[in-house]
Amino acid sequence: MAKIIVVTSGKGGVGKTTSSAAIGTGLALKGHSTVIVDFDIGLRNLDLVMGCERRVVYDFVNVINGEANLNQALIKDKRVNNLYILPASQTRDKDALTRDGVGKVLEELKENFDYIICDSPAGIETGALMALYYADEAIVTTNPEVSSVRDSDRILGILHSKSNRAERNMDPIKEHLLLTRYHPERVAKGEMLSVDDVKEILAIPLLGVIPESQSVLNASNSGCPVILDEESDAGMAYSDAIERLLGETIDFRFLTAEKKGIFKRIFGG
Amino acid sequence: MPLRIIELKGSLFTLSVVKIYSDSLELISSSLSKKLASAPNFFANAPMVADLEKVDDTFPLSELVALFSEFNLVLVGITHASEQQKSYASTHGLAVLNAGKTAPESTEKPEIPPDATNAPAFVASKIVRGNVRSGQQVYAADTDLIITGSVSAGAEVIADGDIHVHGALRGRAIAGAKLNPHARIICQNMQAELISIAGNYLLSDSINSDLWQQAALVELNDGKILISAL
Repeated sequence: MAKIIVVTSGKGGVGKTTSSAAIGTGLALKGHSTVIVDFDIGLRNLDLVMGCERRVVYDFVNVINGEANLNQALIKDKRVNNLYILPASQTRDKDALTRDGVGKVLEELKENFDYIICDSPAGIETGALMALYYADEAIVTTNPEVSSVRDSDRILGILHSKSNRAERNMDPIKEHLLLTRYHPERVAKGEMLSVDDVKEILAIPLLGVIPESQSVLNASNSGCPVILDEESDAGMAYSDAIERLLGETIDFRFLTAEKKGIFKRIFGG
Repeated sequence: MPLRIIELKGSLFTLSVVKIYSDSLELISSSLSKKLASAPNFFANAPMVADLEKVDDTFPLSELVALFSEFNLVLVGITHASEQQKSYASTHGLAVLNAGKTAPESTEKPEIPPDATNAPAFVASKIVRGNVRSGQQVYAADTDLIITGSVSAGAEVIADGDIHVHGALRGRAIAGAKLNPHARIICQNMQAELISIAGNYLLSDSINSDLWQQAALVELNDGKILISAL
């Protein structure tokens, strides 16, 4: 049974698209056929992060409107098998997404894929509501600072009240906390919320902690999901998160400040 | 300790009321003697109140007092009296009583307050299993509100009765929304943005830091919000 997973946050700039790209790629690397759907209509970014911006012909809105079929709009990733991207339209706005239209496209995707990753836009308006409406699971992307945590809390409330599962009294959406841009040194100095602080406030299971890393920016700029950078701490942290998403129990890494010294010299970095 | 001289206490005594329907002292006298003949000892020195509703405003009270004493009755007060009779009473040691409802005579059914029969049914508390998230609002109309989880910052819980939060209270809690001053807020971890009882409110700034993040009870005391540790 195909699973629809929304990557959402409420707040912008916390790493939803980076995480969608990394998680979608990670699931495909594990052999699951996966599609990443960009719900950020009008602010198309996923294609850039995935490095397929020059191959976009038709988009999500074309498919909803019946101007193209899914096979025409889906872009196959060149690096990873079983990985596809359904890009957003750059020329339209969020109102182009209708509940029925989105439902129909997702139903069709479910027939061909194991995982459907919905990359949500920021905010709590139509785009974000559409991205989370049909979700079975939600990855709530949060930065360790108070405004991001509060917005994530708001999104959790919406997942509980305005999703398809909530409206039909089905089992609730399974929630995961993904803490991104985590900076152990700044946490130690008290400049950032700690993992425990965020966990206590949001009270949902922790899926992963992604350290703040230059490799994330490099990956975005080069259009290569950071999870493919197996040397980087962020790439490894995303790989751990994938294992947990698939039901494994794995210790969390990169939670404490790195001790500069012999280890650094040996392992580089 | 000073010697006790007097003490004021409320108490109830049974008094017989003589309702007088005739202005004629002769007729009153003969009726009284007939009544008393049946149980002479029972009425000996019995305190009596004369109900003057049916007699003339000018009915001579002095002669009635004399008549009663002839029968060994003690007239202690009058009711339904005219102004003239009242002024006589005040100068002659008689009490002027305002008659309450006299039980017999009236054939009305005893009044049952409408609430007694269909008294407001017990309103079950509203319960929220889990957390109330930022931006959510929960209102318990005419009853108490129980939250088994936490109330997030930016969330609002409102009840006409009490509010119980079994997790952390980080948002707003408004108890006694219909101005019930006896409403209370109880939480396991006090970090509220705002707490309000019956329209009186306190912001987080004003919450005693000793109680911050502690289990606490919030109630109204003399119109002021009082927070105490649980």
